[in-house]
Amino acid sequence: MTDKKATTVLRSSFIALAMFGFGYLMVPIYDVLCNITGLNGNTEIVSTQQEVEFEPDMTRTVKVQFVANLNNSMNWTFEPEIFELEVHPGQRIVTNYTAINHRPDAVVGQAIPSVMPGLASRHFHKVECFCFTNQTFAAKEERQMPVVFVVDPALPEKVEVITLSYTFFDVTETASVTPFTFEVPAGG
Amino acid sequence: MSTATVDDHHDEHPGFFKRWITTTNHKDIGTLYLLFSLLMFFVGGAMAMVIRAELYIPGLQWVEPGFFNSMTTMHALIMIFGAVMPAFTGLANWLIPMMVGGCDMALPRLNNWSFWILPFAFTMLLSTLFMPGGAPAGGWTMYPPLVLQTGNAFPFVIFSIHLMGISSIMGSINVVATILNMRAPGMTLLKMPLFVWTWLITAYLLIATMPVLAGAVTMLLTDKYFATSFFSAAGGGDPVMFQHIFWFFGHPEVYILILPAFGIVSHIIPTFARKPLFGYSSMVYATASIAFLSFIVWAHHMFTVGMPLVGELFFMFSTMLIAVPTGVKVFNWIATMWRGSMTFETPMLFAVGFVIMFTLGGFSGLMLAIAPADFQYHDTYFVVAHFHYVLVPGAVFAIMAAGYFWLPKWTGHMYNETLGKWHFWLSTIFVNLTFFPMHFVGLAGMPRRIPDYSLQFTEFNTMASIGSFGFGLSQLLFAFIVFQTIRGGKKATDQVWEGAEGLEWTLPSPPPAHTFDVPPVIK
Repeated sequence: MTDKKATTVLRSSFIALAMFGFGYLMVPIYDVLCNITGLNGNTEIVSTQQEVEFEPDMTRTVKVQFVANLNNSMNWTFEPEIFELEVHPGQRIVTNYTAINHRPDAVVGQAIPSVMPGLASRHFHKVECFCFTNQTFAAKEERQMPVVFVVDPALPEKVEVITLSYTFFDVTETASVTPFTFEVPAGG
Repeated sequence: MSTATVDDHHDEHPGFFKRWITTTNHKDIGTLYLLFSLLMFFVGGAMAMVIRAELYIPGLQWVEPGFFNSMTTMHALIMIFGAVMPAFTGLANWLIPMMVGGCDMALPRLNNWSFWILPFAFTMLLSTLFMPGGAPAGGWTMYPPLVLQTGNAFPFVIFSIHLMGISSIMGSINVVATILNMRAPGMTLLKMPLFVWTWLITAYLLIATMPVLAGAVTMLLTDKYFATSFFSAAGGGDPVMFQHIFWFFGHPEVYILILPAFGIVSHIIPTFARKPLFGYSSMVYATASIAFLSFIVWAHHMFTVGMPLVGELFFMFSTMLIAVPTGVKVFNWIATMWRGSMTFETPMLFAVGFVIMFTLGGFSGLMLAIAPADFQYHDTYFVVAHFHYVLVPGAVFAIMAAGYFWLPKWTGHMYNETLGKWHFWLSTIFVNLTFFPMHFVGLAGMPRRIPDYSLQFTEFNTMASIGSFGFGLSQLLFAFIVFQTIRGGKKATDQVWEGAEGLEWTLPSPPPAHTFDVPPVIK
């Protein structure tokens, strides 16, 4: 094989290898992009449990809706205590979700939050949430789980309704695996 | 074909095993690729027949819904990776060395390996049909979490995709090495025939995107068996991310399936219009622009996942931008035909059919590119109609045109012109009967990938099914014509076609096993 040919082959193979790596690189790129912009309603960015204090804006009301989902065939009941609330931005709100494990054995659940519209997720601060950690439920256990949140007064004017949705996943098999999260410094 | 192409001055008379299994000759490997592709075309076609038989009338008559979904999934995988891509690679093997005046492909042993991976890959893929839990049924796009419910077939699908990827990456590296290093003296890049140009760009697309697909399916594999959470929300992943990675591969892939077809048509139309191609360099630049744009439009496949407005707008406008270089090509072909002394032999019929019907498919693509309208079209039969118009009377017609155009060169025999014309007209009538009604049922709201449908869609579906049976049967005629031409027929001249120009037409028909051992000089 001539040198010139070998160079072409090496260069092309390098591109192929680099693109295989790029496929994997898309994973952190995607996460970072979503966390910075909140594009996919990903709320991890605001899950830092620091104090969030705002002056409540009593002149404005925002409707917050609560949605509860279960991932395929989990034998649970999972629903919000209240389905809809009118809140003033800046107010600290406490509400509850109820979950019942109907199964005869213990189950580890993990709730994944999502906020719609996606771009509002940056302005929706969860101070306390059962979604931060794995939740172990004993057989037939029923539990009230509080969510404490503040809607940022900086929420764009055009957003009048925010939907907070939780999906519970059965992670009993993989509970030892810590879910990976990207912690971006608050205000970043 | 095994009779005439052995070169006497090398005094080789290899036996069957040496000739076909261990061959490193680009012409023989090209033949193997083309025959393999023809076989897969019929396997994938048979699956399409099952789909259309089930959809002939509403209700479930022939197959279980799970098996129906396997059929749609396997039909797509086999037609894309088994029929269209190997056909283009086969054409590249046969034609590129002859067109650039090289003696063979740059890496002959790698070439043999690239081909012989494929039968194993497809044996693995097809074996899933007989596994407990059945063949993959989650669609060829393999979206999680659905695809993770595939049974024992799952690792077989993933590994067969790895093998197909390895095969086409090696094939592409070979094409690039051949084009960049094996050209005859005097053949500068901008003197290369367009088929060579389009393949060079296609090869780079393949090298850049097949590894991304390999990465994506590997992530699926580790998600299922090794507790990673790339696409599982419970572990901090996101299923939508799979769609982004997949379509980052998937959109360049659709140009991989069409750019060589553009090259083929750019050879055939000038030949039968007896005029040089209009706007050669604009053709090259248009091909390169399409390839570049293909990397920045992928999310138009996923307008409905809930992207922000700015994302929808970006992907909508960048997608529409592709219509510009594609339009340049279509107008160039028309300008080539303008005031030409045209005759309509079978290759020309297929090429003109390609220009008209591919453009139709392009127009429905533009409709789908409109983000607000796409919310209605998404995942309906309108999408099915669109991509079948660009792939069947687009890519497949171009491959058949190439078959008729170069078959006399390869075999030394003219094909039966009357039968060829019959094949063209039957295919054209039936392909339109199959896919045109799908636009209407799609706009009316019939979803894709379902084994049953509402009553109001019955008539159009029955029409489509009749069309598909007719189209499928017409292709048997194609196989017959090909084998008849291989076995004998009127002797073809070296130039074969009156208006044909290019180095391959200066060689004897059929060409000896080794050609251009002494490179020709291009003035």
